[in-house]
Amino acid sequence: MASVTYEHVTKKFSTDTTAVDDLSLEIRDTEFMVLVGPSGCGKSTALRMLAGLEDITAGEIKIDDQVVNEMPPRDRDVAMVFQSYALYPHMSVFDNMGFGLKMRGSTRSEITSRVKEAGRILRLDQLLARKPRQLSGGQRQRVAVGRAIVRQPRVFLLDEPLSNLDAMLRVQTRIELQKMHQRLGTTFIYVTHDQVEAMTMGDRIAVMKDGVLQQVAPPREIYDQPVNMYVAGFIGSPRMNFLPVTISDHKAKASGLELNLPKAPGVEHGVLGIRPEHFLPNVSDADAAIDLKVEVLEVLGSDQYLYGKVGSDDLIVRVDPQLKVDIGDRVRLGLDMQRLHLFDAGTEKALF
Amino acid sequence: MAAVARVKVRRPGTGRVIGDRFVGRALRIYLPLLVMLVVTLFPFYWMAITSFKSASELFDFSVSPLWVREPTLDWYRHLFTQTNFPRWAFNTAIVAIASTLISLFCSILAGYSLARLRYRGADTIGWGIFVTYLVPPTLLFLPLTFVIRELHLFNNLWALILTYPTFLIPFCTWMLMGFFKGIPRELEEAALVDGATRIQAMVRIAIPLALPGILAAALFAFTLSWNEFLYALIFMNDSLVKTIPVGVTQELIHGDEFFWGELMAAALLGSVPVAVLYSFFVDYFVAGMTAGAVKG
Ligand SMILES: Nc1ncnc2c1ncn2[C@@H]1O[C@H](COP(=O)(O)OP(=O)(O)OP(=O)(O)O)[C@@H](O)[C@H]1O
Ligand SMILES: [Mg+2]
Repeated sequence: MASVTYEHVTKKFSTDTTAVDDLSLEIRDTEFMVLVGPSGCGKSTALRMLAGLEDITAGEIKIDDQVVNEMPPRDRDVAMVFQSYALYPHMSVFDNMGFGLKMRGSTRSEITSRVKEAGRILRLDQLLARKPRQLSGGQRQRVAVGRAIVRQPRVFLLDEPLSNLDAMLRVQTRIELQKMHQRLGTTFIYVTHDQVEAMTMGDRIAVMKDGVLQQVAPPREIYDQPVNMYVAGFIGSPRMNFLPVTISDHKAKASGLELNLPKAPGVEHGVLGIRPEHFLPNVSDADAAIDLKVEVLEVLGSDQYLYGKVGSDDLIVRVDPQLKVDIGDRVRLGLDMQRLHLFDAGTEKALF
Repeated sequence: MAAVARVKVRRPGTGRVIGDRFVGRALRIYLPLLVMLVVTLFPFYWMAITSFKSASELFDFSVSPLWVREPTLDWYRHLFTQTNFPRWAFNTAIVAIASTLISLFCSILAGYSLARLRYRGADTIGWGIFVTYLVPPTLLFLPLTFVIRELHLFNNLWALILTYPTFLIPFCTWMLMGFFKGIPRELEEAALVDGATRIQAMVRIAIPLALPGILAAALFAFTLSWNEFLYALIFMNDSLVKTIPVGVTQELIHGDEFFWGELMAAALLGSVPVAVLYSFFVDYFVAGMTAGAVKG
């Protein structure tokens, strides 16, 4: 059990590739922290610096107030699950899971009991004698997790541990990992590029882009109050609609709609953000309304998505699946003014 | 494919079709193989039968030279009792084994560090080692002679045990470097996080996984030192410290007089250990060649 602190951490692989840029982040004891961002944004690098697998170019990383910058990986007492699982191909499942204990000088009987225990939790009891190549993808993933939990480390690091699993298994394993976190009560740092994983698993989410931390907050807050257009677009599926608007005082004008903002933002050019799920089926007099010309329909059973145009801007709208719509129809919908976001067109920062 | 298609049209199992297929295969595959086999194995065959022929039969040109009429072990008996051959075989084995072990030890460390550790100049050193390998022994023996003389190692097996690694280490390092590069870095990183030191990660993860490559390198090194001629010829003058290649060519040929029976017997015995090793490890050997070829 431990807390982890990144203080102005920077990682440069060469003078012109900065993988992580001035990252400051505090991860509390027993917290489930998710680092999320697109491919190449520096998530893995941030994690690997904490594990001791990459040098730190500038700044400090602390585990429980102890600076670990120069500490070799084996002394940090963290465990890591790699995206490729990195199971030792020449060792049995048992030896894979017991390797860390063996390196730390545990007795044979202690190793056996701890590996058996982990094997039971992860439903690997029958497979302990097998080699990794004789396992399915899901079983390998569980061995990788097992190898981490037998050690009872201070911090768990997981680098996209689910990305090689099929969709069904991914959901199932996601839930198992959450249970594991509750049972162990250990700090978890979880890297993913999947915003659904981030939203469902994290106590807090840290969104990164191009090596720069954008926002750290609980999932609900990230969804409701994204600090900039990037976070707003990254979290939520389908992504938030963005409509460029020109603003004069309280009035915002887009190509196909005009509305009164709750307060004057004080900029001339803005971007209106509204999530597909925040349109209202009925238009009352007080609400702003849009006229959507439907171009594509997507019916998913529980939801129905309309893709179309308002004026010259593209828009995605979620509506009741019972609503009868055809391609080419014009649908009139209200805007939930409480849920509206406005961003500065220049800085892309949230104005409200 | 044509033959298979024809089977479907005709009644299955007629002798003619099967015959056709067999003849086709024989012509396309086995005949060329047979020719190659004959060409490559003929010298060995000649060597073998010569070593079993009696003195009179050796020089009797009235009979076919392709088989033995009265096989005899005389030459072998002679080789073991009248020459220093047992001693040469022993020397060769000691030198080959010792220089192989020394070279492997150094090459594993060097190959691993060049493949894995990031340090300034690693690439340059890698290329440097490769270039060293390209310098031919015919050039290198001159300076090495000085070194050996300064060390007073003439007529001492250590002279060979120490000089063979000069060409074995670059070769094995280069080959093992390719092997270590082929092992995913993450495996060792996982071991480091799991609590291993760098050396433990190497010994427990990288080396077991590179074992095919290490065996192949060992085989190359052993063969090269077993057959080495030039250095052994220059550094070893005393009959008791010679190796098989030198002993055989120097002491079983006197001027223009060739002791064919002993020569052939010695050559045959000398090639046995290498042949045995290869037949056991041929798969590793092939794996080693290709891995070394594509990784650079
Ligand atoms: N060893 C390395 N040498 C040079 N550049 C590297 C190295 N490792 C990573 N990078 C660069 O650093 C940046 C961040 O890489 P990182 O692996 O942290 O991304 P990521 O967010 O984990 O992406 P992904 O989701 O694809 O795993 C990338 O631009 C990458 O090209
Ligand atoms: Mg990554």
